[in-house]
Amino acid sequence: MLTPLEWEALQLSLKVAGVAVGASLVPGIALAWVLARHTFPGKSLLDGLIHLPLVLPPVVVGYLLLLAFGRQGVIGQWLARFDIGLPFTWQGAALAGGVMAFPLMVRAIRLSLEAVDVRLEAAARTLGATRARVFVTITLPLALPGVLTGMMLSFARALSEFGATMTFASNIPGETRTLPLALYSVIQSPGREAAAARLCLISIAVAMLSLLVSEWLARRSRRRMEGRDV
Amino acid sequence: MFELDVTRVQGEFTLEVDLRLASRGVTALFGPSGSGKTTLLRLIAGLDRPDRGRIALEGYVLCDTATCRFVPVHRRRLGIVFQEARLFPHYSVRGNLCYGMRDEDPAAVARISGLLGIDHLLTRMPNTLSGGEARRVAIGRALLSSPRLLLLDEPLTGLDGARKQELLEYLAALVRDIDIPVIFVSHDPQELLAVADDLVLLEKGQVLAHGALNEVLARPELMSRLGGFDISAMLAARCHRHDVRRQLSELRLSDGQMLELPTLDIEPGQWLKIQVRARDVAIALEPVSGTSIRNTLKATITACQPLDDMASVTLVMLDAGQQTLRALISTASCEALGLAPGMTVQALIRAVSLARPAAAPALADQEVP
Repeated sequence: MLTPLEWEALQLSLKVAGVAVGASLVPGIALAWVLARHTFPGKSLLDGLIHLPLVLPPVVVGYLLLLAFGRQGVIGQWLARFDIGLPFTWQGAALAGGVMAFPLMVRAIRLSLEAVDVRLEAAARTLGATRARVFVTITLPLALPGVLTGMMLSFARALSEFGATMTFASNIPGETRTLPLALYSVIQSPGREAAAARLCLISIAVAMLSLLVSEWLARRSRRRMEGRDV
Repeated sequence: MFELDVTRVQGEFTLEVDLRLASRGVTALFGPSGSGKTTLLRLIAGLDRPDRGRIALEGYVLCDTATCRFVPVHRRRLGIVFQEARLFPHYSVRGNLCYGMRDEDPAAVARISGLLGIDHLLTRMPNTLSGGEARRVAIGRALLSSPRLLLLDEPLTGLDGARKQELLEYLAALVRDIDIPVIFVSHDPQELLAVADDLVLLEKGQVLAHGALNEVLARPELMSRLGGFDISAMLAARCHRHDVRRQLSELRLSDGQMLELPTLDIEPGQWLKIQVRARDVAIALEPVSGTSIRNTLKATITACQPLDDMASVTLVMLDAGQQTLRALISTASCEALGLAPGMTVQALIRAVSLARPAAAPALADQEVP
């Protein structure tokens, strides 16, 4: 059904976006929790920094990543000691996608954490639960629909990432050529409208599917909370 | 003994409380909203820190600003039932009940849920429960965390009459069964009369009065403060027998005097506390005949005092078998009858407003058989 090249781009896209979401989940929850439950000096600055990729041109983010993670970059030099190079690799594409998608994830999780009734947490504390246990057994399960929404949004965003990936990880077939980059390559040469249309349809199908799955998961977890049968 | 000696300033409001509460029985914390009930409760729970002071339960110091000791909330082992049930929506009723238990103990869950009448709800989710059921689960959850103290913060607020009465009955049964101190926060006099042994009256962050329920209710200077409370007396009596034909229950006071009440659902031999409102008591100099009032007690006047805010009414304190009874009569009748301390009179009891099972009083030893 799919040509080997399309298959390659699809698999790569799913891998890149999946790793991007997986790697940003824990820091995303941690930052969302810090922003939702604490006030400290510099909170607005941190909030702004997290949101920056949302408002910056993706190319700028890609270029900044290149500066930081490139061979001469501060982090790049450090990583080179462990023989890790991110630019022009699929891991680099995942990093670019993850950074671009991070604000969406933090926003969704933060909103759902803010909606969790702190009185329930206080009640759990009076029942002998430590803060950690309260977070794991009360706060996180109650915020789960928001966490799922955040994961879906950032997955879709990472999947569709183009500018930052192009700048930081380049467009290497089989390594960093995800669906959007493959589509871009196809429309560069004339007479390949059919191939472009196919890639378009694949992108739409994947996006729709992830949307539906996350919607189903979120509804399921909400239902369970409302005590209806799942 | 539960020692509370705390000060906390919140903006314009200052809470300053120094109390010693009994180790057993129910202490009611009564006061209008804004009197500091919730502030005090949060200090006890450890959700807030006092600016100064010490809280100790049976010698175990929960908080002492002098030694910088502060036991965190989760290690205090206090069972707290909040105004709203605060059940965890993603846990079943059983999950909620077990949340605070250290070890799974199905027998304890079965016992407490039986006591609270929630055993048929264990697999349900909290959102499907009625308000009264949710409160009962919350109380069960607090009890199953094996607390050293049970704190109930207006647990009946927001329930309709029938549900309230139902839960009140569960509560009254419960507090007789458990042997930890219970603090019951409320602004509803009827709730307190149904369950409380002691009363703490809070106003503007200060303790206005603290003592046995009966004793505090009797203080005329507190009458306006007590708002909804009518001046009344709580008498201890023992159920003697039921008269099925006339549908009456005979009660005997400790000095052998008898009262008749519409049939009570109680075993003969069981002790009761009955509430007699001062305005339901009339006074006659001699035993009267030809009256519809069935209950008459022989009593000795101990004091007559006109009320501060209503001089046309006089509160007469009576002693009936070492229990205090109060009568509210017009000052004019008091003068016409020439009532004075030391006189023996007949107290005519028009109605008994409430009767509830109680533990045998200490004076039971002196009982006349």
